[in-house]
Amino acid sequence: MTETQTSIMPLLEVCNLSISFTQYMEGLRQKSLQAISNLSIDVRAGEVIAVLGSSGSGKSLLAHAILGILPSNAMISGKMRYAGENLTPESQASLRGREIALVPQSISFLDPLMRVGEQVRPSMRNGNSSAIQREIFARYHLAAGTERLFPFQLSGGMARRVLVSIAAATNARLVIADEPTPGLHPTVVKETLAHLRELADEGDAVLLITHDIAAALEIANRIAVFYAGTTIEIALASDFSGEAELLRHPYSKALWQALPQNNFIPLQGSQPYPDALPPGCLFEPRCQLSSHECKAAQPEPRHLRGGTVRCFHAA
Amino acid sequence: MLLFLAGKTLRLLTLLVAVTALSFLLLSYSPIDPVRAYVGADMLKVGPEQWARIAEHWGLDRPPLERFTRWSLAVLRGDLGISMIFRRPVLEVISERFLASLALMLTAWIFSGVFGFALGVIAGMRQGTWTDRLIKWFCLMLASTPSFWLGLLMLMVFAVWLGWFPVGLGVPAGVLAHEVTLADRLNHLILPALTLSIIGVASVALHTRQKLVDVLASNYVLFARAKGESGLRLFWRHGLRNIALPVITLKFASLSELFGGSVLAEQVFSYPGLGQAAVQAGLRGDVPLLLGIIIFSALFVFTGNLAAELLCNLIDPRLRLKGNSFEKL
Repeated sequence: MTETQTSIMPLLEVCNLSISFTQYMEGLRQKSLQAISNLSIDVRAGEVIAVLGSSGSGKSLLAHAILGILPSNAMISGKMRYAGENLTPESQASLRGREIALVPQSISFLDPLMRVGEQVRPSMRNGNSSAIQREIFARYHLAAGTERLFPFQLSGGMARRVLVSIAAATNARLVIADEPTPGLHPTVVKETLAHLRELADEGDAVLLITHDIAAALEIANRIAVFYAGTTIEIALASDFSGEAELLRHPYSKALWQALPQNNFIPLQGSQPYPDALPPGCLFEPRCQLSSHECKAAQPEPRHLRGGTVRCFHAA
Repeated sequence: MLLFLAGKTLRLLTLLVAVTALSFLLLSYSPIDPVRAYVGADMLKVGPEQWARIAEHWGLDRPPLERFTRWSLAVLRGDLGISMIFRRPVLEVISERFLASLALMLTAWIFSGVFGFALGVIAGMRQGTWTDRLIKWFCLMLASTPSFWLGLLMLMVFAVWLGWFPVGLGVPAGVLAHEVTLADRLNHLILPALTLSIIGVASVALHTRQKLVDVLASNYVLFARAKGESGLRLFWRHGLRNIALPVITLKFASLSELFGGSVLAEQVFSYPGLGQAAVQAGLRGDVPLLLGIIIFSALFVFTGNLAAELLCNLIDPRLRLKGNSFEKL
């Protein structure tokens, strides 16, 4: 496969994904919470794409939706295609842990009462799993005795390597890393990111879900900016530079300008809650370019300068 | 380890001294006159002289402190005295009665553990469904039912109306001791054991259910699902181990409840166990037997708690390997 072909044919396509939850209020009154609305993203083999959004904005739900492990009260609509095939609950069940692997947020995702090695092994279904597991631990510089340890005995950095090694042990083609670097020492963050980049360089597709713009910029080829449950822009990592003139969406620009090393200009207001989304463009209430049409309808994604943007005024 | 054992032994000794001293104090203020309880219906035939001689024979004319000291010294020599009502050594009475109680308590203990755990797992796996609600309702009802009342109810339904089981006693009445079969004993055991096990079922089931709900909502189960595990395999690998801990602790630490329950259950079913002996000893002022039973039950409960602690340490690596982290690798 040539370089151009890999970039044309995405491994994973998510099209207009919406996820909502039904909540029971007092009595029988129901409330629908729109956690993700009309999200579209594509992930290609050999690249790292970062989904960048603020903490607690529902980015993890995207990962869970792709893996098919959302809670049962979640309502889901839209299309997801993996390697050209539609993702169904059945195909997701057979893909997760084999073709699609998750690198979770923290050590709490490991069973506290099970030895680490045993938790890495079941991901592998063929071959001598213990031997492969040892090989992978060696690759990630985990001492030979690590497999006999329990999760609570791991240091933060070791836990991180174990979590990445679980994904590496699966031979997955798509690796989803969900906030893999919160509250870690900078060297550990750097090491974890390098491991993810390595997986992409070996031909995997890596979807990095993070709130850390520096982490995203360090390894990602493209960055999808996540706002109020949708991707408002998909930009090249190189677009995040200078005075943000290459960025397409006013929110992405504001995000970049708010960084201390740039102009340190804060953006007023806050993201709308899932139960009170504006009727039109989701960013409209905080946008300086807001106009009549922005209030009326949510702009559809359109291609612009090699990226995608959802804004009527972007040029 | 040696320090641990020494600490535990010290704790046990202080516990025994405190419990026996307190019990002795309570008994010495008890309105029940042991001589009167002993003489019973023959009271009119017993003159005051004879009365005084019985009291003197038992040493009841001595001050309480002296009696307690003499009793304590005898216990240290391994002599628990002679039961006033059974006229046999206390140790003999206890060991005989305990065997009967042990059969009862063990059956109830195992049954409530297995049944409660199964109910809890079913409810937890089907959280929020009608099955779950039904099991929860059943458990809450059981938990709020006094066991002696339940025993009476069982007697009414299964022994009196349906006639499936005998009304009471540990063996059939009017049958020679060597002719009593194992089936007879089992037949007499079922109703009291069932009554006794009911107490434990509710707490085990509700604790198991809650723990399983927590475990199923945990990050590590979510991640296990993301790794492609599901169904029974997931439950076996990640559920069972994590929910077994509270059940084991609960089962071993609740031996006191079991013992207390057996007193009531044996009384209702006239089952000749240790609990019934305790009630008799209390009502008839049999101080040596009562104190013997108190020592024994304290030992029993203490052993249960110790076993819970040791098992938890053994099963939970976080306790077992405390302080033995990666730095020591």
